[in-house]
Amino acid sequence: MEFFDLFREDRWPHMFCPGCGIGTVMNCFHRAFSEMNMDQDRTVFVSGIGCASRIIGYIRADSIHTTHGRALAVATGIKLANPDLNVIVFSGDGDIGAIGGNHFINAARRNVDISVFCINNYIYGMTGGQASTTTPYKSYSTTTPYGSKEYPFDLAEVAVASGANYVARWTIRNVKELTSSMTKAMQKKGFSFVEIASPCPTSFGRRNRMADPTQMFEWLKIISVRKEKSHAWGLDQLDLNIEGRITIGEFIERNRSPYGLIA
Amino acid sequence: MKLQPGTHFLQGNEACVEGALWAGLTFYAGYPITPSTEIAEGLAVRMPEEGGAFLQMEDEIASISAIIGASWTGTKAMTATSGPGFSLMQESIGYAAMTETPIVIVDVMRGGPSTGLPTMVGQGDVMQAKYGSHGDYPVIALAPSSVQDMFDLTIRAFNLSEKYRVPTILLADAEIGHMRGKFIVPQRVEIVDRRVRTDKVWHDGFAYDETLVPKMPIFGKGFRVHVTGLSHDIAGYPTSDHEVHEELVRRLQEKVDRHSEDICRLVVHRPGSKRMLVSYGSPSFAAWEAMMESEDVGMVDLKTLWPFPSQMLAQAISGSSEVVMVELNLGQMFREVQRVACDEGCRQVRLFSKVGGEVPRPSEIISFMKGGG
Repeated sequence: MEFFDLFREDRWPHMFCPGCGIGTVMNCFHRAFSEMNMDQDRTVFVSGIGCASRIIGYIRADSIHTTHGRALAVATGIKLANPDLNVIVFSGDGDIGAIGGNHFINAARRNVDISVFCINNYIYGMTGGQASTTTPYKSYSTTTPYGSKEYPFDLAEVAVASGANYVARWTIRNVKELTSSMTKAMQKKGFSFVEIASPCPTSFGRRNRMADPTQMFEWLKIISVRKEKSHAWGLDQLDLNIEGRITIGEFIERNRSPYGLIA
Repeated sequence: MKLQPGTHFLQGNEACVEGALWAGLTFYAGYPITPSTEIAEGLAVRMPEEGGAFLQMEDEIASISAIIGASWTGTKAMTATSGPGFSLMQESIGYAAMTETPIVIVDVMRGGPSTGLPTMVGQGDVMQAKYGSHGDYPVIALAPSSVQDMFDLTIRAFNLSEKYRVPTILLADAEIGHMRGKFIVPQRVEIVDRRVRTDKVWHDGFAYDETLVPKMPIFGKGFRVHVTGLSHDIAGYPTSDHEVHEELVRRLQEKVDRHSEDICRLVVHRPGSKRMLVSYGSPSFAAWEAMMESEDVGMVDLKTLWPFPSQMLAQAISGSSEVVMVELNLGQMFREVQRVACDEGCRQVRLFSKVGGEVPRPSEIISFMKGGG
């Protein structure tokens, strides 16, 4: 499958900023999707509001760009109304960790057979750089001009605790691992969640001495630690801050039966 | 198995359940709330029997979101709630209107504001039903005033929603929902299904004809439609073009306005009477009994609230010298009635209002009409 077999060429050029990680995610997804020989006419793409949510508008398939935070609830309705469809959600840290947090934990608990790709850029990019629930402690944004006083969510850990069947987290530097996790997520029956740590030089980097995209790439390299090392170092995954670390890897793979309609 | 044609005795909320199944409901998502809960409880039993899906969501926002998703797969979908839950659904009602998603929302109204009177009646959601979400958008709202209506108007709500691709609200109230009564399932029930696109991979998913209602592409059929709450062109693609937005917003409203004769319904008793009572929902019982006490009093029972049946009401009260509105709020539909009555040259337009969580007694209405205030 060529790139523009999956993406809407008539909508090019896309709207994403230079240095954004979304392009890499789209590339990895294209590879995973075409290698799996997925039927795009039997796949529905769902999103909420934010930069990541605009991806689905570029995909050449049935796609629904919903209200802020509600992508998982809409996806649940689609999957349970027609279980033959593959349902894929593209979302961000605002949708998943803040306004749609309740839908996130409940969709994972219900274990509906949908795949969620959450692009975590640690900021509200679309609205110009306000703090999100994943903004690292002490880092700057337009609404945390003196540094964030809040501790961030570890979205992958929340997904594990809520009951997802498959959970992984990678940065956009880990393209091979990310592509393979996307494949696994789509193959896995039940709720699967892949968190993708992604750079936003425009809204996050600029206010945190990383205005150049390469600086953000370097930052992602420094802060990300593979699960095996992270455990050996005894790092607390939740205690994320600008000098701190995030753990990457596959966190859970289990086979609880997905939500079925008829007992 | 559907409820058989013939006479039945059920609760209003139960009649709504059976009506929805007759209409072709195959997907329900909801969150428990008094006084609508019997609808969810009834469907939890009935949906699996009928081969449909019943889903209890984490809140009302999730519930309406799930039925929007379900509707795009070509199923008839519904949720039921009451005031506080209905407030939570408002953003998504605007979304359903903007994306032309056929859904049915049952709001069994209770006393508000806020948590208010959970188990008692109110009619404070009637303006919210039309204006609760931001922006200009169409809705259809129907007001049942009997158990029979709970069955009939539930089916009608689905039919109108399918026909016009507009979110349709059944604005019931606690008294009608909890009332037990006799109703008839007719031998023939008219069922309307949405018009769908059968072509594939096309770039005009929101193209419309003279009905102003686009045929709906269904997810999973190869049309590859894009749906968004952003302003969009006929391809469904987002745009900030002033003209495209203006055309879209005006068409969405016009598709309801142009068909208001098909959508609007009211029942008139003793048309052309000197004095007319106007009501809807549960207080129309008392209004009817008050009417029966005087020979020169007539009555209008509004069955459609939105779009407001202005022309039909104007005909019904034409020549009347006094109009008294009876409703269980501080005067929400009263303004609409007053506007229509004034246009008809009727100067005596008064409001009998009650918000204490109970329906008025006929004697209260009679003495209000005599006392002039």
